Amino acid sequence: MTVLEARGVDFSYGKRRILTGIDLAVEAGGSVGIVGESGAGKSTLLSLLLGLAAPGRGEIRFDGAPLVLRDRALMRRFRSSVQAVFQDPYSSLDPRQRIDRIVAEPLESLGLARGAEALERVRAALESVGLPADVSRRYPHEFSGGQRQRIAIARATVVRPRVLVADEPVSALDVSTRTQVIELINQLRADHDLSFIMVSHDLGAVAATCDRTVVLEGGRVVETGSTGGLLAAPREAYTQRLISAIPRLPSA
Amino acid sequence: MTEPLLSMNALSVRSGETVLVNATDLEVAAGERVGLIGESGSGKSLTSLAVTGLLPESLRASGSVRLAGVETVGADEQVLRPLRGPVAGVVFQEPLTALDPLMRVGRQIAEPIRRHLGLRGSVLDRAVSDALAEVRLDEQRFARAYPHELSGGQRQRVAIAIALAARPRLLIADEPTTALDVTVQSEVLDLLDRLVAERDMGLLFVSHDLAVVARMTDRVLVLQHGAVVEEGAVREMLRAPQHPYTAQLVAHARVLDAALDGASGPEGAR
Repeated sequence: MTVLEARGVDFSYGKRRILTGIDLAVEAGGSVGIVGESGAGKSTLLSLLLGLAAPGRGEIRFDGAPLVLRDRALMRRFRSSVQAVFQDPYSSLDPRQRIDRIVAEPLESLGLARGAEALERVRAALESVGLPADVSRRYPHEFSGGQRQRIAIARATVVRPRVLVADEPVSALDVSTRTQVIELINQLRADHDLSFIMVSHDLGAVAATCDRTVVLEGGRVVETGSTGGLLAAPREAYTQRLISAIPRLPSA
Repeated sequence: MTEPLLSMNALSVRSGETVLVNATDLEVAAGERVGLIGESGSGKSLTSLAVTGLLPESLRASGSVRLAGVETVGADEQVLRPLRGPVAGVVFQEPLTALDPLMRVGRQIAEPIRRHLGLRGSVLDRAVSDALAEVRLDEQRFARAYPHELSGGQRQRVAIAIALAARPRLLIADEPTTALDVTVQSEVLDLLDRLVAERDMGLLFVSHDLAVVARMTDRVLVLQHGAVVEEGAVREMLRAPQHPYTAQLVAHARVLDAALDGASGPEGAR
């Protein structure tokens, strides 16, 4: 079953067309990587999929029905089901809030839990991302980049969403932290049957997390397919160029 | 015996009581390509900045760094200025911060050529065109452009042209392609590779990316918490890392590299 979908989506900023005719769907439990270079429209597409803006043409569909940003009941359901993690764990966590408040925030704003129940869910969420319970009284600046990204993932998963949407979640991280956060995402996906959408310029990170890949160039989908198939036998010239440009380790 | 182009002996960099770089030794011979690998906070950028005396004022360097035989640790600007450009050129990660936003690109390239090579007038103009052509920015419009009118890759080409304008014997490149798209990165690496080979320059290449370092250099030093933990030939180190930290770095890099071959991936992780 399709959980989240873009159908024939166009989007413009003023007169500048950013996205044209985008079709993309993620199934329950499935995963899609959106790859492309700067200016391809990756982040704009993600903001549409997150209901942060509305497409000029076409529609974003959630659970088989169009997403209507004005429909507050629908959007509340949507926010409880679709959560996001962003690139920069330094700017995405409020520096003045303790970790437990940060992670509890979506529970409170969506009216899902409060008091002792909220605390318990925060504790469980922090545990599930591999952070000890005693982090909850500390502040974001006390943590490394990788730990902060874990906190951001705890905040996204505390509402038990069905879809996790991530915008370059590991790009700002060191290589060893990067693979650990990727492992965590894969673990959470398997444990909670999460659907996953990730925007990244890093095809290695996409290959390690996403079953399917969509290649964007100049605001259009140029190729889409299983990640393995696309990497092994890219059909479009642009995809071939993208893949051959990836720096590779010399074989052992 | 001739002295190496760059010779660093027990370089330490401190911020107050905190040691950021701890007793690092490093040599780059003329025409040699050396990589400096490390993660954030490893001290790799500080180490490369110390070579040309570009460390922030709040930091203290001790030990010795000799660049073409001249000591740069504790040296004043009068000593350092003639080294920056003719002896060592530097390219940084973010070309926008390295370029003057209010000056046309042509003038920014002309400045070091005028200062160090003493060219003037039409000869200087010709040298600027040649410098731009060398980094594949052939059209006349590039000399007239301001940095914000260029793409990220074009800006980095300009920064490379400026770094090479005074014909340095050593190029120091600190994460020169990290801010660039992957296809642009590939073009800029090709360009650096070609220019370093053509001019037989020494190269000190600083990066967190093992694959990029392996492509650009022959010998590498691995930095962790400000200290060198391993040094050796790139391929050998990737094949058989000696230090546990290097082994960990290589293993993590291999996970993502292998994912591209479909050897791991979300299915494999379950």
